[in-house]
Amino acid sequence: MARSFAIKHQPGFTAIAATCFVVLYLPIVVLVAYAFNAATSTSEWGGFSLKWFQSAWQNSQVIDATLRSFQIGAVAAILATIFATMAALATTRTAPYRGLTFKYAAINQPLMVPEIVTGVALLIFFSRIKIFTGYSGLGYLIAAHTAFCIPFAYLPIRARLENMDLTLERAAADLYATPWQTFRRITLPLLWPGILAGLMLAFVISLDDVVITEFVKSGGQDTLPTYMLGQIRRGITPEINAISTVFLLLSVVIVTLFFFISRKRD
Amino acid sequence: MPDKPGRNAIEVKNVRKIFGTGEAQVAALDTVSVSIRENEFFTLLGPSGCGKTTLLRLIAGFDFPSAGEILLHGQDIASLPPFKRPVNTVFQSYALFPHMTVAENIGFGLEMLGKPKAEIKARVAEMLKLVKMEALSGRRTSQISGGQQQRVALARALAPQPKVLLLDEPLSALDYKLRKEMQIELKRLQHETGITFIFVTHDQEEALTMSDRIAVMSSGKILQVGTPWDIYDKPAERFVADFIGETNFLTAAIANIGNGKVRATLKSGATIDATVAEGFQPKDNATVVVRPEHAKLTNGKGELSGAVENIVYFGTDTHIHVRLDSGEAFTVRQQNTRSAGCGFERGDTVGISIGNDAAQVLRD
Amino acid sequence: MASAEEVAREAERRDIRTRWLLSAPALLVIFFAATGPLLIVLVYSFLTPGPYGDVKWQFSPEAWISVFMERDIFDDTLSLAAAHVTIFWRSIKLAIITTIATLALGFPTAYFMATRSEKTRDLWLFLITIPFWTNLLIRTFAVLQIIRNEGLINTVLLKLGIISAPIQILFTDTAILIGMAYVYLPLMVLPIYASMEKLDFRLVEAGYDLYATRFQVLRRIIFPLVKPGVIAGSILVFIPALGAYVTPIVLGGGKNMMLSNLIELQFGQGRNWPLGSALSIAVMVIVMVALLAYVRNAGRSEVRHG
Repeated sequence: MARSFAIKHQPGFTAIAATCFVVLYLPIVVLVAYAFNAATSTSEWGGFSLKWFQSAWQNSQVIDATLRSFQIGAVAAILATIFATMAALATTRTAPYRGLTFKYAAINQPLMVPEIVTGVALLIFFSRIKIFTGYSGLGYLIAAHTAFCIPFAYLPIRARLENMDLTLERAAADLYATPWQTFRRITLPLLWPGILAGLMLAFVISLDDVVITEFVKSGGQDTLPTYMLGQIRRGITPEINAISTVFLLLSVVIVTLFFFISRKRD
Repeated sequence: MPDKPGRNAIEVKNVRKIFGTGEAQVAALDTVSVSIRENEFFTLLGPSGCGKTTLLRLIAGFDFPSAGEILLHGQDIASLPPFKRPVNTVFQSYALFPHMTVAENIGFGLEMLGKPKAEIKARVAEMLKLVKMEALSGRRTSQISGGQQQRVALARALAPQPKVLLLDEPLSALDYKLRKEMQIELKRLQHETGITFIFVTHDQEEALTMSDRIAVMSSGKILQVGTPWDIYDKPAERFVADFIGETNFLTAAIANIGNGKVRATLKSGATIDATVAEGFQPKDNATVVVRPEHAKLTNGKGELSGAVENIVYFGTDTHIHVRLDSGEAFTVRQQNTRSAGCGFERGDTVGISIGNDAAQVLRD
Repeated sequence: MASAEEVAREAERRDIRTRWLLSAPALLVIFFAATGPLLIVLVYSFLTPGPYGDVKWQFSPEAWISVFMERDIFDDTLSLAAAHVTIFWRSIKLAIITTIATLALGFPTAYFMATRSEKTRDLWLFLITIPFWTNLLIRTFAVLQIIRNEGLINTVLLKLGIISAPIQILFTDTAILIGMAYVYLPLMVLPIYASMEKLDFRLVEAGYDLYATRFQVLRRIIFPLVKPGVIAGSILVFIPALGAYVTPIVLGGGKNMMLSNLIELQFGQGRNWPLGSALSIAVMVIVMVALLAYVRNAGRSEVRHG
């Protein structure tokens, strides 16, 4: 029997793809495996153990940095998502008006500048403000994180809005709903999946950040990534693997949630 | 005119709607005036882009007119937002809220009007019964069929008892059989509720079968308003005659104008009696229309003569295309019988006899 | 009573005003904590370094001169600053190679994903999204553990007897390159996949019907149609690669500096904030030039193929 011609086949592509997936996951698997290594050095296998998880748990610096990361991440993500939702409502589903292109450019600007440059700029700017006001709390980190999280939160919210059927809101207005009622009862419920996706994306991006945090933080304001970077610079212990594993697990949980939310239709 | 006089539900007065600015300006509606009576099934008919949906949107309040007035029972509503107009719409896409159940959709308008819960519940039940959807009240709108969605959309728009119901090509998404069913259903609902229906469609057959009156629109203008019978048999302009059904156009000289009747002298030299469109101005070459079913093919006698060019069989009838001696084309529709063919062949020389009261003179 | 036209115009004005109010918080935060400070960096690049960091408010072009030049301590003559030039060149080179490598690997991967059945496609997307959402530092650290002398690669090669001594990969440019390609690969795959998913494969059939070979179909039909994704992916990889900070620290061991490390140095031990500022602006200029060139070049070739 003659084999039919495979329209979608391209020679070698499948092999490259397979290699990519293996290469993407192999280092992660090794990293996780070493987290359960009983040996003190990461170069040999000393049997299965949970002791590095315990040691990380008892390390007050780790707990401190983790809590700080979550605190900054949660506040920045919530603020960024609220602002991004408002901005998305202001920039979609309209005839072009003066300033619309400017808004797009401004909102996406943090994506277009290397983090190191933003980091340096904030170091300079915030150090002036610190001297001027005397305040050196977490506010600076939260402001910086909110700013660079906005374009990420904006993406899924805007996409959701643009795919939304305008006639639904028109139908609500036709059925005597005032603009506010229309927003509360129709727009917002339909927008929720986009908002949740934006919130999670913003939270992950905030947790991920090293560079800007490194430049903005005052003494004693290490987040988990900056703490880990400091440790790695000094030499590695499997404790870092244990922390990474927990962090990784968190990422998987969030991606899974994100996936189900953004895939959900209607 | 066989129109029954009645109170006006909607009066559209000199309405213009211009989209765009400067060079790119387009008049979607060009000084349109029309009155729609209470309890009437009124249809806006025209090809896409003729302005019928724009007019509907102005009445609904989704757009504001650039000039002119829109009166609802004598009150100007042109500047009111949609949620302050006692007018409801059935959307082409139905626009059912996907995050609500069938019952929640139907009750939405009443809820927004701040009606008491008990009243809403009773009214929703009544509506579900009216559109025969009682069994599916708890379903999500994504879990019901297209025809059922259509019924929910109707029930939702009727629930707040609007003064006028606007229907924007509501049947276009349904398949042929369901569409026929819904046409009858819509007539029944209009009859039972006594609400004025304004129906937008591009389907001339749908318009003819359903409407009390029809407004034919083209390029932002209303060309003719009348009963289906008026529109079909006494078209005022070439566009109307051409858009609705099939028609023969003949050039003629017009004489003896009076009392809405004229004598038309065709190119063949024969004269026929004809009715004349309102606003006709006497001129040398007027256009006379004759519907294919109002002419008869003969073996030589008749007002016109020519040769058979083509014969097309349609099951119920046969269309015989004739090239007249004057060079004009003419089609005759002949009812089929079971026993024999149409009795003519290609190339035959034939006569055409035009019946009494079969011709109408257009104003353009 | 106002005419409908006036009401409509007023409604439109109100709508635009509301839209400005709604976007104000996002715009303000971004201006305050991202865009605005860039202007201060520009100002700082023209000032004199302060003795303990920061600046003295005194105009000086010195910082910009020292971006590429070195002043001799004794006779004040200028010469090319070899160290800076090397770092610039290394950063640009590594960023470009990273972009090309991720494209070469990411394009077939995205193609593979987009040609799976509807159901399994989501799974592949999920698998590429997990690394994308995983902390960049953790992934760099994972690479570190694979390529170091006692890492998986060397251990396996040693055990198999292919090599007798570990290959030194860590703390080289190769290590930085591997690390960047690894961490930025998902950034390349995702946008290409997004445009590939929308590709109508009937066009591919039409191509084969008109005698195109597999390669011609790829080059003349598929590639031009997914080009927006390729451009987006390349930009998403190039910008962070040029400013990469974590990867050179972790995998380059702080010796093989890239631009970001050079900049950091000026704000730390170097105590030369104006120079750091000038270098930052220079990085931004490179990014802007690359963006413009890429977008314009892409636009032109689209016209040619279109």
